[in-house]
Amino acid sequence: MSKPKVGFYWCASCGGCEEAIVDLDEAILDVVAAVDVVFWPCAMDFKRSDVEAMKDNEMAVCFINGAVRSDEQLEMVELLRKKAGLVVAFGSCSHEGGIPGLANLYTKAGVLKAAYGNAFSTVNPEYTLPMAEFSFPEGKGTLPTLFETVKSLDQVIDVDYFLPGCPPPVKLIVNAVMAILKGELPEKGAVLAPDMAQCDECPRKDTKPEKLLLKQFYRPFQIQVDHEKCLLAQGLLCLGPVTRQGCNNSCMVGNMPCTGCMGPTSRVRDYGAKALSAIATSLDSNDDAEIVAVMDSIVDPAGTFYRYSLPTSLMHRANVTNGGK
Amino acid sequence: MSDPIRNGSDGRFEPRIVAFFCNWCTYTAADLAGTARMTYAPNARVVRIMCSGRLDPQFIMAAFRQGADGVLIGGCHPGDCHYQEGNYKALRRITLLKKLLSQFGIEPERLRLEWISASEGDRVQKVMNEMTEQVRKLGPLHLEPMKLQHPGAAASLSHVKATPVKEMAL
Ligand code: SF4
Ligand code: SF4
Ligand code: SF4
Repeated sequence: MSKPKVGFYWCASCGGCEEAIVDLDEAILDVVAAVDVVFWPCAMDFKRSDVEAMKDNEMAVCFINGAVRSDEQLEMVELLRKKAGLVVAFGSCSHEGGIPGLANLYTKAGVLKAAYGNAFSTVNPEYTLPMAEFSFPEGKGTLPTLFETVKSLDQVIDVDYFLPGCPPPVKLIVNAVMAILKGELPEKGAVLAPDMAQCDECPRKDTKPEKLLLKQFYRPFQIQVDHEKCLLAQGLLCLGPVTRQGCNNSCMVGNMPCTGCMGPTSRVRDYGAKALSAIATSLDSNDDAEIVAVMDSIVDPAGTFYRYSLPTSLMHRANVTNGGK
Repeated sequence: MSDPIRNGSDGRFEPRIVAFFCNWCTYTAADLAGTARMTYAPNARVVRIMCSGRLDPQFIMAAFRQGADGVLIGGCHPGDCHYQEGNYKALRRITLLKKLLSQFGIEPERLRLEWISASEGDRVQKVMNEMTEQVRKLGPLHLEPMKLQHPGAAASLSHVKATPVKEMAL
């Protein structure tokens, strides 16, 4: 019997998810032995025409990382959807919109201005922007164009499974691939990670008080971080209480608070609102002015609480018509 | 199609307001205003919750997503919460939430927290009228439509946790 065919693709991605596949180390040999990689533009020379030549559902599964924010990405994922029996959204960007999704706090014009005009490393006095179409002596060229709004994968195509994480932990990737190969798949739409919060398996959980009574919030560089004590109890914005497990508490083990890349558990609809709720209620103050002052020390609530999930939040994007930045 | 609620008979914009009132104080006050036949702007849909501290910020986001132009929250006065601390919890959450909403281009005036005790029917009347006027001035809230379904609501691969990599047949 021929080996199942597998594809990997990236959209608006940082490359970290591709790196995570390489991080499988020796396990990648087992994966490669068990499957036939038929499309992986990041690592091997494949062209779009190779995909176009495939029969419908020819690939058993296609893993797609990155958010969707350009017409080219949309065309590619629509094409891959046709050619793959299963589509797995791979990584936070694909699952929830991820880091590129923070662009939804701005307009497309604002994003372009930041990148091609105001960036420290940019010298562009004529403010030349990428053009969708341009002419040169030999003919005409086209470039993909950005959408106004960044989207998660399931906001543009039907997705079968979600592998969370920025990037997904190796253990979960291997488990997912093996589950697919063995045909031991959960219900469609499942998030392929444990459905419990970070705190539940955190090595610091014994020092997390029953009731948090914080007087102040800190950013990691502002304090000498205790290596053993619960980070939230130290006033750091650890989002472990509302974040799904599966990364073996990577950040807390590294003495950093959880920023929420594994996304919400199944009980939470809007990750950022839930995270905000957990942090806000841990403040020990009943005084209006003091509450305002301490909350003001959280400089970027939207970026802090929706770091990985803005496009799939209930807000979806900033309300630009009402003057969003 | 003209929405009779959104555009009154005189063509004026009628904002849609969702009001979350706590059972013990503000909801009782709204009841009192009703029995006393006080009239006030009919723009708010009142949702009774047991305590303002039960108000998950997700409910507020969901109200805006589903078409509210403004959200009003009513709880007991400081010190009077039936559950002692719930209204302070609401205060902390809403203070931070307003800051976050402004980053989304949503004016903080669309979200209002008021302390109204069970005997203050007249205050319900006043606040409902004020809030309606305030949101009317801001105009309708248009959020970009989105696919509402989210994978977080789906089932999980529960056996992942119990299967460490070492034990997988690799
Ligand atoms: S999920 Fe993280 S690692 Fe993967 S592409 Fe997005 S930003 Fe990069
Ligand atoms: S809040 Fe953070 S540091 Fe504290 S127990 Fe939870 S995950 Fe661990
Ligand atoms: S601790 Fe939190 S931010 Fe860090 S890898 Fe795990 S889920 Fe992601």
